[in-house]
Amino acid sequence: MIHIGPYIEQFINWLTLHFSGLFDAIKIVVESIVNGVEWVFMFPPFYVIILLIAFLAWKRTGMGVTILTLFGLTLIWAMGYWSQTMATLALILSSAFIALLLGIPVGIWAAKNPMAKKIIRPILDFMQTMPAFVYLIPAVLFFGLGKVPGAFATIIFAMPPAVRLTTLGISQVPEDIVEATRSFGATSRQLLFKVELPLALPTILAGVNQTIMMALSMVVISAMIAAGGLGEVVLKGITQLKIGIGFEGGISVVILAIILDRITQSFGSKKVKISD
Amino acid sequence: MSILKIEDLTLIFGKEKEEALSLLKKGSTKAEILKETGCTVAVKNAAFEIEKGEFFVIMGLSGSGKSSLLRCLNRLIEPTSGNVILNEVNITSLGDKELQNVRRKEMAMVFQKFGLLPHRTVLENVAFGLELQDIPEKEREEKAKKVIELVSLQGYENQPTAALSGGMQQRVGLARALANEPEILLMDEAFSALDPLIRTQMQDELIDLQKTMHKTIVFITHDLDEAIRLGDRIAIMKDGEIIQIGTPEEILTNPATDYVSSFVEKVDRKSIITAASLMFEKPTVAIFRKDGVEGTLRKMRSSGLTALPAVSTDKEFLGFVYLKDILEIKAKGHHTIEAAIITDIPVAYPETTVETMLPFIAENGRAVPIIDKDTRKLLGIVAQTSLLIETTGTSWENITGNSIDNLQNEII
Repeated sequence: MIHIGPYIEQFINWLTLHFSGLFDAIKIVVESIVNGVEWVFMFPPFYVIILLIAFLAWKRTGMGVTILTLFGLTLIWAMGYWSQTMATLALILSSAFIALLLGIPVGIWAAKNPMAKKIIRPILDFMQTMPAFVYLIPAVLFFGLGKVPGAFATIIFAMPPAVRLTTLGISQVPEDIVEATRSFGATSRQLLFKVELPLALPTILAGVNQTIMMALSMVVISAMIAAGGLGEVVLKGITQLKIGIGFEGGISVVILAIILDRITQSFGSKKVKISD
Repeated sequence: MSILKIEDLTLIFGKEKEEALSLLKKGSTKAEILKETGCTVAVKNAAFEIEKGEFFVIMGLSGSGKSSLLRCLNRLIEPTSGNVILNEVNITSLGDKELQNVRRKEMAMVFQKFGLLPHRTVLENVAFGLELQDIPEKEREEKAKKVIELVSLQGYENQPTAALSGGMQQRVGLARALANEPEILLMDEAFSALDPLIRTQMQDELIDLQKTMHKTIVFITHDLDEAIRLGDRIAIMKDGEIIQIGTPEEILTNPATDYVSSFVEKVDRKSIITAASLMFEKPTVAIFRKDGVEGTLRKMRSSGLTALPAVSTDKEFLGFVYLKDILEIKAKGHHTIEAAIITDIPVAYPETTVETMLPFIAENGRAVPIIDKDTRKLLGIVAQTSLLIETTGTSWENITGNSIDNLQNEII
């Protein structure tokens, strides 16, 4: 029998031992981002947040989504899960933000460099297919319990679509346009920022949508390591076999998911006029 | 003086380029090189010079390497060996920065598929080259507006390019290239994607523009008619090699290989072939004051002609004499042919095209006299049959014999 497990364990222990300083630094940064975002959502009264999100939905989408936002969020508040929902939303947005911050440049790199693409692809496959729970273990070892390991696991889980769709978007820019741009003496930088990224934008935004949705699903799971939020409500339902609580938590997640999906999707649709 | 000089340029695609190149130098054929190294020879030993202000057309079918050759000029594709020399600067050895400068200031390109930015307006597209040079927005928009007027796109400045028709899009492409004020314009099948009607119109407009711009243009096409309409000189490519370079007329009248002649056959030659190339230079003439009535009759008899051009002793063209008139004045007792010379005869010059000469032959069975414009000396004659052959594009050998195969090939 072959046991890979012990080696992985040794490796993680070695990382924990030698890079504890780095992990602490990461922890401070991520924690302050998550807390900052959470504070923004928790500081104003709930109805201000509801109206703001509804306004965004009305601007970007149609009447239906706006009504759904108003009713859904009010329902969440009425059920008494407002603070948990805002905690979850903050964790989703900050994790997704960091995932995009890392994922989009990696996606650009993979689009430009065939060798990088070859290496990155299997890593992405690995990241996406590995059962999400597994990430929780090293996350706890590195960062202890709480929001930061939750964010860490979420970032890893949610990054692949950002990378993939950025790469796809850039490789889909028509060859004749790239060639024409080069023929006018564009530097690689000009090519990227003036042509490739603007043309790839709808695809990249589809990646942003996917990343946010993946982050949402992971954030719920990460309640198992005390990341808090709606996941905790659901978890309580499971562990105490309280179907009512579990269902209420579940419905809140669904409402949040639909609102996030519709609003972020609207940015990727072709109706959006891209200008520089 | 030549502005652009291409020296021994070779382009090979594949992994083992060096090996392929040395095989090529040893004289291996393309097929042999492909078999041994897996490399494709796209351009083989291209060498030519382009003069300042010249409209140079590279013509070839798809796969002939013409587009690859064009891309070697601004190194969108790196040539495997050889030099591209622009104004005595060797482009092939430039660093990235200098190459960018050449692309920005000296060579601009127009593409078959336009290559416009769909997320930008016409104005922003035209100003794109200037934007890449970091020219301030106001200045580049001013310049772009001028060029937009030049290609008659005014009024479309703020339209997104995706909404325009093909012809309009290519005007934007042309304007974008012109906005950079390049010395050399590289045009890669620029009109091939357009409807035939629009294409002709764009060709006319390009010809008109060229009359005022005097740019050096390297134009790629697969259409010989287009090459002939536009080009001052044409290079014909086949399988990566340039097989003939010459003026349109040189190529039509003197095709270097069977391949070239097979192209040339299909071309409408009327407007290209001139009297000079069809002219029979030493025609039998009746020389006034030297050949009398008897002498003229003798010449007619021995040549079998019933009409002869009449010239003065210093070869100045006077008119035509006809057998029946000569016989008439002979009966009246004349000795000189003066009374028989018909002076009211349309003449042509060496540069007159077949098209313009055609109406002359409708009149009667007389050859067209070709004279020098200044001295009015008779240079030669163009026979009726030559004109008809040029017009119909067929000759006796084509009608009678071996050409059936050719025709079938054409159909296939």
